[in-house]
Amino acid sequence: MISTFFRRDRLLLWGGMLLVGILLPRFSSSGLMISLLCQIGIMMIFALSYNVLLGQTGLLSFGHAIYYGAGAFATMHLLNAIGKEGSVVHVALLPLGGGVAALLLGILLGWVTTKKAGTTFAMISLGIGEMVAASSLMFPVVFGGEAGVSGNRVIDKIGLFGVTFGPQVQVYYLIVAWVFVAAMGMFALTQTPLGRMANAVRDNPERAEFVGYNTQWVRYIMLVLSGFFAGIAGGLTALTYEIVTAETLNAYTSGAVLLMTFVGGIGFFYGPMIGAILIVIMQILVGGITHAWQLYFGLLFLFMVLRAPGGFASLIAIQRRLYAAGLFGRVAPWYLVSGIPGALMLVGLIGLIEMTYAALSDEEGEGAIATIKLLGEDYALNTFGPWLAAAAVTLAGYALLQLANRRLFREWNGALATLQGDND
Amino acid sequence: MTAAIQLQGVTKNFGRTEIIKGVNLTIDRGERHAIIGPNGAGKSTLFHLISSRFPVTAGQIFLKGEEVTGLRPFEINRKGLSRSFQVTNIFHNLSVFENLRCAVLWSLGYKYSFWHRLAGLKDAHHRAEQVMEDIGLSRRHETPAGILSYAEQRALEIGITIASGADVILLDEPTAGMSKSETEDAVALIRRVTEGKTLVMVEHDMGVVFGLADRISVLVYGEIIATGTPEEIRASVAVKEAYLGTSVDHD
Ligand SMILES: Nc1ncnc2c1ncn2[C@@H]1O[C@H](COP(=O)(O)OP(=O)(O)OP(=O)(O)O)[C@@H](O)[C@H]1O
Ligand SMILES: [Mg+2]
Repeated sequence: MISTFFRRDRLLLWGGMLLVGILLPRFSSSGLMISLLCQIGIMMIFALSYNVLLGQTGLLSFGHAIYYGAGAFATMHLLNAIGKEGSVVHVALLPLGGGVAALLLGILLGWVTTKKAGTTFAMISLGIGEMVAASSLMFPVVFGGEAGVSGNRVIDKIGLFGVTFGPQVQVYYLIVAWVFVAAMGMFALTQTPLGRMANAVRDNPERAEFVGYNTQWVRYIMLVLSGFFAGIAGGLTALTYEIVTAETLNAYTSGAVLLMTFVGGIGFFYGPMIGAILIVIMQILVGGITHAWQLYFGLLFLFMVLRAPGGFASLIAIQRRLYAAGLFGRVAPWYLVSGIPGALMLVGLIGLIEMTYAALSDEEGEGAIATIKLLGEDYALNTFGPWLAAAAVTLAGYALLQLANRRLFREWNGALATLQGDND
Repeated sequence: MTAAIQLQGVTKNFGRTEIIKGVNLTIDRGERHAIIGPNGAGKSTLFHLISSRFPVTAGQIFLKGEEVTGLRPFEINRKGLSRSFQVTNIFHNLSVFENLRCAVLWSLGYKYSFWHRLAGLKDAHHRAEQVMEDIGLSRRHETPAGILSYAEQRALEIGITIASGADVILLDEPTAGMSKSETEDAVALIRRVTEGKTLVMVEHDMGVVFGLADRISVLVYGEIIATGTPEEIRASVAVKEAYLGTSVDHD
């Protein structure tokens, strides 16, 4: 009974996600919106592939971008190679080529990187990542040097049923299809003997060896498969932006996917997808408003590591459990009560950060007095006023938050205790 | 018929200290063999050598007539030797059921498969369920192994060891820390699941040892000072002197 219920639950979830993906452009088809959605889809696949390593096999990689980059470059070269001969069908399938290229790279490099788990793996992945990134600048024929490699995805001007992949929204639908296929593939992987043994190797590699498994093989195959999916994501990047530069495979990209996956939550299959949504929105929307977005991103990451190491997915999972036990109503009002001073503190903090940023940057030119715009008014930053105001708001928010949190945590702990009591 | 396990001059040094000092030991197929000895004698170390958790410093190890010295743990496991640990060694974040299913996957031939659906593997499912019932943990099916009680974890430890159906089983202090009644259950379980198999067991509880073992070896400071039937060991003066640390002649 229970298992059939979960099946249907799961089916609904997948179907619902696909539907949302298909319908989203109907609500807002602005260029910014579509490119935001494209980027989210690509990063969903990339972050899910990263979690095949981190969440499922317990491998912390600092160099996963090499597989993403390999997929991107391979796809771009394939695109340029098929040139006029190809049809839209070829273009739609190209990310698979990117996946295969990354898979081959994984077969080649993975054997070395997966020899050991833990810190050794992390260090070797960093080293190999740097090595590949460095060599990308040494082989301009393959990687295009500083300029990168570009191409044109519209190789088939006639197309099929009007699809040429000229309009960005058509590429978006292609991405939706690939997200669906790749996510299904990676989910299926978690339900296989290898997927389960990867969990076992993550938990206790020693015991895994004593039930017959060579843990290096488990890590190796998982890495190769993870690379494959990262390569698909890379391939989609190539088609979306029609240019691939060395940045796709460097440490910055590797770091971004790590943070995305972690913030989303490595303990749940869908966690990385949530991370992709949040971080891409931050990058593109917040990044469009302020130059300090990376600082906010860093703060968010810090907050998650310290306060919610299970990521957003674990926060959602707890609410779902509370809801199922009929306890959500007990804590929900206190979220609001804490949320208000929390927002106040955040506003003050953002004010401080933005003012510091404005005061320290020299965009206005040497000697000019830095100002900050708030509700259409310019405030000069060489007076104490704005600083004091922002600091006061931050501190007041903080103090009120502490007060509100006391009650929130009491309710919360009470609810959790009831929950645990029910389980026994 | 070849022996299940044969050790020839097996030696192990940790740094300069010789912990196992040229052990020779033959354990026949189908035998239940207990290894006893004082704390720090090297009993666990001997198990680590046989199961290749540690490499030997010198000597040779044969499993069912085949030399296995220097093989990796998983290779030895695949040849039909399975072991438990003195310090519980399970998959903490996986459920009881998943722990046992992981323990049977290789032996059922699923290896590194990513083309089978776990849910569709009836044989793995049944085997795991059956072992779970044997060790009395069916009620704990979905419980993460890490939050089981100590006795339950010890039972799971044995379950993981026997699940694959290996025919040579090494158990390192399976009843340590158990109450009287838990020990009785564990002994009954061990007796049942090692029927027709070779069992080597390190055990401090003499009641368990003399009740279960066909033969006993006494390990003291890395040397086997006596091997024999329970009666022979009980009667041996050398064992009394060395193991009890007293000289029997004095009083
Ligand atoms: N990895 C190691 N490195 C160094 N010394 C070790 C190591 N493992 C064990 N020893 C030492 O080897 C000796 C034998 O240890 P072992 O655990 O085999 O004893 P044991 O007979 O199993 O004892 P117990 O009955 O307490 O379990 C001890 O003196 C121990 O300190
Ligand atoms: Mg021991």
